[in-house]
Amino acid sequence: MSNSYFQRDRDWHPPALTPTYKTSVLRSPRHALLSLPTTLSEETGPVFGHDILGPLDNDLIRNFAKDGAEAIGQRIVVYGRVLDETNRPVPGALVEFWQANAGGRYRHKKESYLAALDPNFGGCGRAITDAEGRYEFRTVKPGAYPWPNGVNDWRPAHIHFSVFGNAFAQRLITQMYFEGDPMIWQCPIVMTIPDRAAVERLVAGLDRNATIPMDSLAYKFDIVLRGRRSTLFENRPEGN
Amino acid sequence: MVQRLDYLKESPSQTAGPYVHIGTNPNWVEITGVWKEDLGLVLVGPETQGERILIEGIVTDGAGAPVRDALIEIWQADAEGLHNSPAETRGRFDPNFVGWARQPVAEADGSFRFETVRPGQVPYPDGRMQAPHITVWIVARGINTGLHTRLYFADEAEANAKDPLLLRIPEPARRETLVARRSERDGMPVFTFDIRIQGANETVFLDM
Ligand SMILES: [Fe+2]
Repeated sequence: MSNSYFQRDRDWHPPALTPTYKTSVLRSPRHALLSLPTTLSEETGPVFGHDILGPLDNDLIRNFAKDGAEAIGQRIVVYGRVLDETNRPVPGALVEFWQANAGGRYRHKKESYLAALDPNFGGCGRAITDAEGRYEFRTVKPGAYPWPNGVNDWRPAHIHFSVFGNAFAQRLITQMYFEGDPMIWQCPIVMTIPDRAAVERLVAGLDRNATIPMDSLAYKFDIVLRGRRSTLFENRPEGN
Repeated sequence: MVQRLDYLKESPSQTAGPYVHIGTNPNWVEITGVWKEDLGLVLVGPETQGERILIEGIVTDGAGAPVRDALIEIWQADAEGLHNSPAETRGRFDPNFVGWARQPVAEADGSFRFETVRPGQVPYPDGRMQAPHITVWIVARGINTGLHTRLYFADEAEANAKDPLLLRIPEPARRETLVARRSERDGMPVFTFDIRIQGANETVFLDM
């Protein structure tokens, strides 16, 4: 069976060199990437069992909070599916997420933004997709924050995502934005993505049907990983 | 009208940013108590089969400065060339070897260090054997899409000379950027693999 993964569409992803996002200038290779079909080294990947998960791993409101307290901020549920490019669910995918608190401040020793830390908010969580590729977590909506790039650049509210599919070829890190946020279109990091339609794939929709009444808003965010060929026709030299 | 194809587009990548460790290695950045141990810290245990080796290197940018906030992941076959993955159909992998690890580089100098075992050989899709290698993946602030490369071993010259991927790199100097230098420390082979994101001796990065 020939079942290599589809080649990444490098015109859809951001290019390596994006001078308006200044840090990319010295951190972008100048040579062309070497393009090759995937081999078993890329078609396999680590698998994480549900046994690594603790009960609060997908609850950022409570997983760092002390003594029954809760994180401060707009309560939201983020949910969605991990699919591949052939529109099939990716079960067993480890999804890791991290974010700033409701004021736009990260809990990190190198963070210098003046917004206050929330003693009850750590900012990390993780989930593993079920048989239909579904994941969900509860958190507070992160705040926007300023960052040193231009003199007055701000990141729109966002949540970072790291996803392991079933193969290392599917490894992906990306960010989720929130429907209706005008700051999305002013962000140099968002704008590294050349195609507006591609950016829109990272904007989670507000889902009124999934809100928890008197409790939390809900946002839906589907993630698509690389898909793979599946053909019965072999393409191998004689004798193999 | 022709039938519509039902493909989806891959979610576009975005930089991991400067605080990737909050999500991947929270304990390392002092976010403790959420989960006990960060994933991927250890590759080998006492039961793991194969020759123990060390992989070391630094990550540098186009000015030669260390990329202090980088996160590195590696993925490899076991000593027999089998992967600890449901997609592995050629045989039974070593149950005492996960084959995956990740690590934030040291803030001081951008260095990393993995203790692992030398991987066995894995076939190319056409049936030829690939030289032993380790998949390496680097993300950091300023890297818009994770950089994928491979580590090969300097003391596998014969296998390297026939490796389908290395053979696709015409310039010997470029090919050399994927071959980790061998030395020894306390009787253990040490392979040095410096990752130069840009500039002189820029590492070959892959689109696979
Ligand atoms: Fe961020």
